[in-house]
Amino acid sequence: MSTFLGMPARPPRSPYGTGNLRGDEAFPRAAHHELGNGQLRRNLGRATTTIRAKRLDVTGELPDWEALRDAGSAIKTDAMNRLPELLEQLEHKVTEHGGTVHWARDSAEANEIVARLVKATGSSEVIKVKSMATQEIGLNEHLESVGITPYETDLAELIVQLAHDRPSHILVPAIHRNRDEIRQIFLDRIPGVDPELDNVPAHLAAAARAYLRQKFMTTKVAVSGANFGIAETGTLSVVESEGNGRMCLTLPDTLITVMGIEKVLPRYQDLEVFLQLLPRSSTGERMNPYTSLWTGVTPGDGPQGFHLVLLDNGRTAALADAIGRAALNCIRCSACLNVCPVYERTGGHAYGSTYPGPIGAVLTPQLAGMHAAADDPNSSLPYASSLCGACFDACPVKIDIPSLLVELRHQHTEQTGTTPEKLAMKAAATVMKRPALYRGAQKAAGLGRAVAGRDGTISRLPPPFSGWSDSRDTAAPPRQTFRAWFASDEGRAALRAAADEHDRGRTREEPDRSQDESDRSRAEDHRNHGEDGTA
Amino acid sequence: MRIGLFATCLGDTLFPDAVRSTAILLTRLGHEVVFPPGQTCCGQMHINTGYQREPVPLVRDFAEQFGDTSIEAVVMPSGSCAGSVRHQHATVADRYGDSALRAGVATVAAKTYELSELLVDVLGVTGVGAYFPHRVTYHPTCHSLRMLRVGDRPLRLLRAVDSIDLVELPGADSCCGFGGTFALKNAETSTAMLHDKLDSIATTGAEVCTAGDSSCLMHIGGGLSRIRSGTRTLHLARILAATRTTPDVLTEAAA
Repeated sequence: MSTFLGMPARPPRSPYGTGNLRGDEAFPRAAHHELGNGQLRRNLGRATTTIRAKRLDVTGELPDWEALRDAGSAIKTDAMNRLPELLEQLEHKVTEHGGTVHWARDSAEANEIVARLVKATGSSEVIKVKSMATQEIGLNEHLESVGITPYETDLAELIVQLAHDRPSHILVPAIHRNRDEIRQIFLDRIPGVDPELDNVPAHLAAAARAYLRQKFMTTKVAVSGANFGIAETGTLSVVESEGNGRMCLTLPDTLITVMGIEKVLPRYQDLEVFLQLLPRSSTGERMNPYTSLWTGVTPGDGPQGFHLVLLDNGRTAALADAIGRAALNCIRCSACLNVCPVYERTGGHAYGSTYPGPIGAVLTPQLAGMHAAADDPNSSLPYASSLCGACFDACPVKIDIPSLLVELRHQHTEQTGTTPEKLAMKAAATVMKRPALYRGAQKAAGLGRAVAGRDGTISRLPPPFSGWSDSRDTAAPPRQTFRAWFASDEGRAALRAAADEHDRGRTREEPDRSQDESDRSRAEDHRNHGEDGTA
Repeated sequence: MRIGLFATCLGDTLFPDAVRSTAILLTRLGHEVVFPPGQTCCGQMHINTGYQREPVPLVRDFAEQFGDTSIEAVVMPSGSCAGSVRHQHATVADRYGDSALRAGVATVAAKTYELSELLVDVLGVTGVGAYFPHRVTYHPTCHSLRMLRVGDRPLRLLRAVDSIDLVELPGADSCCGFGGTFALKNAETSTAMLHDKLDSIATTGAEVCTAGDSSCLMHIGGGLSRIRSGTRTLHLARILAATRTTPDVLTEAAA
């Protein structure tokens, strides 16, 4: 008889120090470096503007786009609500079809499992399909440390890998690089490349193809991630644009797939929804060029050894929390990055995590924790947003990212002890709840007139407001508050005059009610439309 | 109609002209404007910065000040404060309040409107008799646009203004970079966003950039002032309150 030890009070987060879920610096500091890079700003601005326009075109042409978003949201929510059951079903089906399932609690376990499986094949190199999960756990770094060479085969991932750089976008990892930079990277790092290589995109692609083909033909082991894992059938899926992924998924003898446990979908038919939502949201295409689906092992066709590594790495911890659970619905389309005004200026590296942009600012602290007391850079991520809400509008599964960011900020302030900011917030609330104190504070604010220049503006403020005054003037406070005016003789007279104006207008002519009526009915239409939206 | 006016802490203290214009405009349209004197702040700054315990008394005050059933609608010249009242007060009340607070918050939220919503949806007017012979561009603030979904209501009000020259703002729906304490915590990113917005405004050749939020206008106006731009910012309420006979409601210098 076994002894039930119970669930841990709090499921483990991704361990501190392994993988790529944490940067070296807080967001404002990291953003400072990126903002200074004019080339990066131009590359990013051009790329995100193009993808944004394409996405709006192809989502706008679907009459049932909103219904598809609702369906996507409902399917993911259902999957998260019965994740344990679905994962066991997936394990059962994969095993039934000749695959082997491994469970990894965290990045270290997943890395060890993959390295062990590769070594068992006798190979010292692997080809890789673009994968966020393996990026998250730092698999390449681990494989290299045990003498296995990983080759990224996605063109953009290859560029990043050759440059010893980090990806800066979920979908377009080399979005921060232009073709001149890419040409130089290829000249420096691809063995035997034509020294006359120019910066024409087709020539750059050809150089990468020649290099990669040789890898495809000679490497016996491939590592992939998964966009979807179907519990009902045990089918895994990768969607991509180049076909390099399919080469990896079909040519080698052994295929190892690392899949975050949140990628499970209940039914095969659910793909109908996601194969429409994902490409339209991510690349602005109606359909992605390559959709690969495989179920276990097929004798005589494709890899004869298939391993599925199911990765937790903080996902159960996220699932245990209402906020985190919503974030796990993410299908990694990157639509939120492409519409985010913060991402557009800073790029992905400023977020320090494999998952940048608005969803990264939500997901990363959920998976890896914020450890506010330890000055964790992740605790700055929930604040890396102006809460403009463009991400919520763009999300194909309707994740309310702005509200989640506000909730994470709340969690952060609850986790931290007393800070100057917290004291200031308490003081402000105390003043504001007592009208007498409030009026006193308003008077004090009015004294700001004394420091204003002759033009009525204040151009320099002390910390913590100096960041504001570095780029903006502040108008001197007015002589009179609104409430003082409202209670004054002048205010009463002005309002009496306005009321008289109305009365005079009435006696002179009857207002045109028909115009008002039609405005009112149009207003109702708008209101209903608004409520049907994502407000 | 008896309308409760919420000045907002920023409007009351730093931008009283926008609130004054709101009060005058509604009175001129034949409505009774009441100003509950115990009002202060909606607590949005606290909530958005991550503090939800601290603003509980503010949320309670707001519900009490405007809970009076004789107040048929509550208006504020701020999309973001209206958004906070309508969407965030319930979150705070659910987490730290009692059932009475939750009920009070729900009652007040249901009758709370941003200015353009009140005019178009509740009072059923788009032509408010305004006269404003200037070139104007409109910046839809993020919370009005996405939290409240005010849509084109402000533009319909502006189009009905006599003698106005209304020009479209390129990239209008991009955030200006204010974001409350975001402008302090991520000042450099905020500034990068602001500069792109200022460039867009410059292409319109507008004399005035208007919006429904004094806070965003404080940020944009501060940037315009710093680069010595000829364009000034003016709250939507001030344009709508200006008439041929009383153009001088704009008594103080532009915000």
